[in-house]
Amino acid sequence: MARLSVNGQSHDVDVEPDTPLLWVLRDAIGLTGTKYGCGIAQCGACTVHLDGTAVRSCSVPVSFADGKQITTIEGLAQNGTLHKVQKAWIEHDVPQCGYCQSGMIMAVAALLKNKPKPTDADIDNEITNICRCGTYQQVRAAIHSAANA
Amino acid sequence: MYSTPDMNRRSFVVGAAAVGSGLALGFELPFGPGVANAQVGGPEVNAWVVVKPDETVVVRIARSEMGQGTLTGLAQMVAEELECDWSKVTYEFPTAGQNVARKRIWGDFFTAGSRGIRESNDFVRKGGAAARMMLVQAAANEWKVSAAECTAENGVITHKASNHSITFGKVADAAAKVEPPQEIKLKDAKDWKILGKGVKRLDTPDKVIGKAVYGIDVRMPGMLYAAIKACPVNGGKLASFDAARVSNNKGVKKVVQVEDYAVAVIADNWWRAKTALDALPVVWDEGENAKVTSESIAAWLREGLDAEQAFVGNKGGDVKAALAGAARKIEAVYAYPYQHHVTLEPQNAVARYADDKCEVWCSTQNGEAALATVSEACGLPIPKCEAYKTFLGGGFGRRSTSQDYIRQAVMIAKQMPGTPIKLVWTREEDMAHGWYHPITQCRLTAGLDKDNNLNALHVRISGQSILAKVRPAALQDGRDPATFSGFYPGGAEATLGYSVPNILVDHSMRNPHINPGFWRGVNINHNAIYLECFMDELAKEAGVDPLEFRRKLMAQHPKHLAVLNAVAAKAGWGTPAPQGVHRGLAQCMAFGSYVAACAEVSVDGNKVKVHRIVGATDPGYAVNPAQIERQIAGSFVYGLTALFMGECTVKAGRIEQQNFDTYDMMRIAQMPKVEAIVMPSGGFWGGVGEPTIAVAAPAVLNAITAATGKRYRTFPLKHHGLSLA
Repeated sequence: MARLSVNGQSHDVDVEPDTPLLWVLRDAIGLTGTKYGCGIAQCGACTVHLDGTAVRSCSVPVSFADGKQITTIEGLAQNGTLHKVQKAWIEHDVPQCGYCQSGMIMAVAALLKNKPKPTDADIDNEITNICRCGTYQQVRAAIHSAANA
Repeated sequence: MYSTPDMNRRSFVVGAAAVGSGLALGFELPFGPGVANAQVGGPEVNAWVVVKPDETVVVRIARSEMGQGTLTGLAQMVAEELECDWSKVTYEFPTAGQNVARKRIWGDFFTAGSRGIRESNDFVRKGGAAARMMLVQAAANEWKVSAAECTAENGVITHKASNHSITFGKVADAAAKVEPPQEIKLKDAKDWKILGKGVKRLDTPDKVIGKAVYGIDVRMPGMLYAAIKACPVNGGKLASFDAARVSNNKGVKKVVQVEDYAVAVIADNWWRAKTALDALPVVWDEGENAKVTSESIAAWLREGLDAEQAFVGNKGGDVKAALAGAARKIEAVYAYPYQHHVTLEPQNAVARYADDKCEVWCSTQNGEAALATVSEACGLPIPKCEAYKTFLGGGFGRRSTSQDYIRQAVMIAKQMPGTPIKLVWTREEDMAHGWYHPITQCRLTAGLDKDNNLNALHVRISGQSILAKVRPAALQDGRDPATFSGFYPGGAEATLGYSVPNILVDHSMRNPHINPGFWRGVNINHNAIYLECFMDELAKEAGVDPLEFRRKLMAQHPKHLAVLNAVAAKAGWGTPAPQGVHRGLAQCMAFGSYVAACAEVSVDGNKVKVHRIVGATDPGYAVNPAQIERQIAGSFVYGLTALFMGECTVKAGRIEQQNFDTYDMMRIAQMPKVEAIVMPSGGFWGGVGEPTIAVAAPAVLNAITAATGKRYRTFPLKHHGLSLA
C-alpha cells in the first residue's frame, strides 16, 4: 500500500513498491492522460512532474514518489485556467494523433520553469520526447510562443 | 491502366448486407465524448448531422482520426454545405454496428491509403447539404413560405420578404421529420467559406489536457488487464507453459492460452499481468521459419533480380532491343529493408464477452474490420457484436488491415465471460509482431542514346507483396498492382511522371514469412527512392543538371512538373546555396496527389545536417491548407527516420529490434526547417497523409550525393556510418 499525492489529491493505492509510477497513475488512480510508449524512459510519453521536476514515470518506482507532489497532464491547468504551454499548443494547433503530447507538454512546462526563455539549442538538448507524427516544427514554435506569453 | 486495389470490401460485408435494417439502436457507452447514441442530446436531422437545442452541431465522422486531421476535414465538408456556425461544431464517431444496422449509411470506415477525405467527400458534403435543405424546409413550412425563398447562413435561416429568421436548433426537431431531398447540388469550390480554410483542429483542446480517449485509456467497472506473449517466430506455435509458477502471484486471475501461438496473463492491474508473464516459463515450437535470417532473405531477393518470370506493371516499346542498342548502358542495384510502424500507442483493445454479446473498444483504422474481427473471433453474428472506436495513438497502416490485437483481446475475454479485459502489448511485443514495411531490392537499367537522352528504362523490383498476405483476393492473376506505385502508366492514383520511349517495370514476387503491411506511403517510399536517385545518377552520367534532365522527360506530365518547378523555384535551385550546403530534388505522384521536395543538406564527416526541405503538393483540392502543411512536415519526419535509422533485421526467424534503444527515432534536434507549398490545381481529389513522405528520402539522398560525391543504395544510412545531426 502506498499513499500518493497527485494533482493535489491524496490516493491510497494497493501496489507493489517497485511498480512503475506510470501504471499506478493509469490503472490504480485512473489518470490515463499519462501515456505508455516504451517502458524504458526513451520516448517520454509518460512524463510527469515530481516536485516540479520532469520525470519519465515508466521508469520511476512508485516508492520513489512517496512524499512527493506528483503533477500529471490532468493537473497542469490551475483553477480552470490552462497552463501557458497548453495555450500555446492550442494557438499553434500542435497535436496530430496527440498520444505523445501529454508527455511533450509536461516536459516543456518543466523546461520553461527552469529556463523561461529557452534558445533553440536549449530545446534541442532538453526536449527529447519522441513524436511519431513529427509535430516538431509546431512544437518548437509553440515553445517560443509560450516563453513569450 | 492500373489502380490500387479496392480495399473497401471486406468479407464480412456480405454478412452485413444480410443483416439489413431492423437492428435496435441505442448503445450506452461507458466513456466520454466522441461516441454517442444516435439520438443523444438532440434530434438527428440526418445521419450526418445532429443539431442540439443550444445550437451545437454534432457532425458524425465515420473515418478514424489518427493524427492526419481527417476528423476536422470531414467536419469542414459537412459544415460548408450545412451553412452552420463553425464555432458550434463538434463531432462523434458512429459505431460500426450502427453503420451495419443502418445499411452502411456512413459508407466505408476504412481509413488508410490517404482515402479518408478523397473517397468520401462527395457523399459527406451531400449529407451536410441534405441536412441544410431539410432545416430550411422545416422553417419554410413553419412560415408557410417557399423554401426556395429562404436562405441559410451561419446557422440561421432567413426569409427576407417576411422578415422571418430562426436558428437551426429551433427547427431541428421539425427538420428531422422532413422528407430528405432527392436532388442535391453541391457548392462550387469558389464559394467555399469553411472548406479550403486552415481552421483549427476540433480535437486539439482535448489533446492538450489529457482528456482525449485512446484505446489504451478505456476503463470499465470490474475491468481486468492482460499482457500477452506470442511465439516470437511468425508461424511458430505455443508448445507449453507452466501456469502454476505464476498463478498465485498477487493479483493474477488467470493464465490463458490464446489460440495456438500465444499465452496471456490476466490480472487486476497491467503491471502485475506483465510481471507474471515475464516470469512464466513458456516453450515455443518455432518451426521451420526459425531458420530464416536477413541474409537468407536478401539472397532470395537477389535471385529475383535475374528471374525469368516477373509480373509486369508498366510496359512500352521494346526495352530489351533498346538497351541492346543503347549508346550507353547504366545500371544500379538498390535495396530497402523491413521497417516498423512504431505507433506510439502500442496495440491494445478492451473486450467484453457475454453469452449473447461481444464488444470491443479499440484504436482501429477500420471500425468495420474491427467489428468483423470480433464476430469471427467470438463466433457470434454481427448483430450481437459491436466495435467502439476511439482516437488512435498513431496508425500509419498498422491498424488498417491487421486487427490481430482485437482478435486476441476477444479470445482472452472469451475465457472470462462477463468481465471486460484490457489487453495491452508491451513495446517489445509490438516490435516483434508488426506488419512491416515490406522488403525489396531493385535493379534499374537505363539506355542513353548518343545525345544522352533516356531512351530505355528497365526497373526490376524483387521482393515482398503486401496484398499477397493481407488481401490475396485483390491480386490480379497473382500480380500485386500496388507494388508498382508511382510507376503506373495511367490512372488517377500514382502515375510515372516521365515519358520514356522504351520502358519495362516488373516485379519478381518473393514473400518471406515476416508479415508485410501497409505503412505510411509504403510501396511509393522505396519506389521513389529507386527511381528518383537513379534519375540523379543518370543526370550525372549525362552531364546534365538533375532538374533539367527531369524536365526533358516531363513535357507530357504537367502536374508532376508543376510541383517540381515549384520546389526548385522556392528553394533557389540554380542559385548558389549557403557555404557547404548542397541541394537535392525528387518528385512523384502517389495517392492521387502530385508531390515534390528540394532538400538542403551539409555533411560533416559522418554527420548529415538537413537544414531545410521545401515540399510541395497538388492534392487537387486542399480541404485544410494549415493541416496539409503539418502533414507535409510530419511525413518528412517519418520518411527521414526511416531513411537514416529504420530497419528491422531477422535472426533465427524473429525480428531483432525490441524497443527504441535498438530502433531509434528522429527527435526535435534533428528537425529540418520545412517550407510547405500547397498548390491545389482543382478538378480532382488527392490524398494528403502519405504522398509527401515519399519525396523526403530521395531528395535528401540526392543532396547527400551532391555534397559528398558518394551514392548510397542500401538503407538505412546508419549502415554507412551516417547519422542525422
